[in-house]
Amino acid sequence: MTWLHNYSRLLAVATVLLIAAGGMVTSTGAGLSVPDWPSSYGYFMFAFPLSSMVGGIFYEHGHRLIASTVGILTIGLVICLWLYDPRRWMRWVGVAALVTVILQGIMGGITVLYFLPTPVSISHAGIAQIFFCLTVSLALFTSPGWHKTYEATKHNDHIISTLATGLPILIYVQILIGATMRHTGAGLAIPDFPLVLGGLVPHTWNFSIAIHFLHRLGGIITTLAIFATLGHLLTHHRTRRDLIRPTWFLALLVVIQVGLGGWTVLSQRAPLINTAHVVTGAIVLASALVLGLRVNRHRFPIENPLRLSTTATRETS
Amino acid sequence: MQKRTLWKLISVLTMMAAACGGGDGSSEDPAPPTEAAAPAFDPATAGNISGMVMIDGEMPAAEELTMNSDPVCAMSATNTMSNTFVGGNGHLGNVFIYVKEGLEGQSFPAATETVTLNQEGCRYTPHVFGVQVGQTVQIVNSDPTLHNIHATPTENDEFNMGQPIQNMTFERTFDSPEVMVPFKCDVHGWMNAYVGVVAHPYFATTGQDGMFDISSLPPGDYVIEAWHEALGTQTQNITVTTGGTAEVSFTFTVS
Ligand SMILES: [Cu+2]
Repeated sequence: MTWLHNYSRLLAVATVLLIAAGGMVTSTGAGLSVPDWPSSYGYFMFAFPLSSMVGGIFYEHGHRLIASTVGILTIGLVICLWLYDPRRWMRWVGVAALVTVILQGIMGGITVLYFLPTPVSISHAGIAQIFFCLTVSLALFTSPGWHKTYEATKHNDHIISTLATGLPILIYVQILIGATMRHTGAGLAIPDFPLVLGGLVPHTWNFSIAIHFLHRLGGIITTLAIFATLGHLLTHHRTRRDLIRPTWFLALLVVIQVGLGGWTVLSQRAPLINTAHVVTGAIVLASALVLGLRVNRHRFPIENPLRLSTTATRETS
Repeated sequence: MQKRTLWKLISVLTMMAAACGGGDGSSEDPAPPTEAAAPAFDPATAGNISGMVMIDGEMPAAEELTMNSDPVCAMSATNTMSNTFVGGNGHLGNVFIYVKEGLEGQSFPAATETVTLNQEGCRYTPHVFGVQVGQTVQIVNSDPTLHNIHATPTENDEFNMGQPIQNMTFERTFDSPEVMVPFKCDVHGWMNAYVGVVAHPYFATTGQDGMFDISSLPPGDYVIEAWHEALGTQTQNITVTTGGTAEVSFTFTVS
């Protein structure tokens, strides 16, 4: 069922685009440029003239269009999962993704109608990551490798279990701190980089400086955790290419991500750079999730891919 | 407020269920009942204030605004210079002046004339102005493009309205005094305006020559405040006497 896998991958890629579009809305301050919701200036969303997508509307209405597309793709995927994936739990992962994307749409509407209340904007950013993680999980669970590598995945290494399970949680917390910083306008509370107000630790404190400093601290901890995981895999699990590859990718990405974070500050939050930082953060989280799921592969139900396809055939015929 | 919030939430959910277009469900506050209060003093005893706002130091050069994110603005705009700093020869325009203290407890006739805030050439005209509490502000879109009018007060209710069609208008009043209420357009990030909402009719905005006049005040001692969007506020104490004109001048310093 490679088509189901490809469909899931398409949804995950569309979600990256959606996060990028949402990031541009915040980065350009366009969140309220379309004052009504779910209509756009009174038009049904898909009837709003493209020629009117000027200024901030380009980002805000564009975000709504991509979001609706992702929503429709998700509905389609859930239907396909119910029809063609014999794994009962997989269907519910699909439903969870659908519920999340609907909730996310409502949150988006509330941000518009209530003039971007900070807690809602932060939640909107946080739920986006959860939805993205669900789409990436669906793509992983439908991948041929997920079935193929099963036999090789049994291990008793508690260190790698802890590292690979903790990493996505750590990164998610770091993203929530970043979102809080971003939506409380604290992104430039510490205007220098890599130094912090001219030193290593702020010499003066308020909420903005604290949340900003926490995000930088989180960046250091995340980077160290990723490199510790890579080091452990390279010394103890040299043969597990399915684990080492995403971890190398993570290591490369986290270095880029720290650089983008610094560049965001030094560019005084240039929208494209700031958005690249948001998107890279999401991909770092998703990569850590893939690693975590693969390390914990043996905890998932055993499925014989052969049986999978025959069951599928029987069910559909 | 709680009830309104609840209604808004219900309307959101209803719209979602309907999954189709429609208004944003915002309900306008009815205009507060305006009491036809008699003047609290005999107009024959009135005095005036006349003054000037100066700038000490070199006036920052006006920034050129980039409007190419909307082709209509880029083509139709006649003024693309920031109007944060206007004036010349040491005179500062777009400063809002009002009586801050000294009129407490007095009531004044509600303003009957409508003030117009025009969106033209992708700018707000005027950029700085004042209204009385309860006075109608008419917001007009004179441009062949879309604007959203987003006011971000702290004492009054925030609102955000769309005007997608040329010559659309809508009216709004403010219930509480607030200096200043910022207006912005989120479509065109460079568009902003400031409205001083005052409980009485004694306010003015300086012109390019930095001059202002406030007339027909009851005699008395006042604190008057001058507000500039980038240079902050200053206050001065003055005394207005019957038939007299109190002279006052403010100087904002730029470093
Ligand atoms: Cu506008």
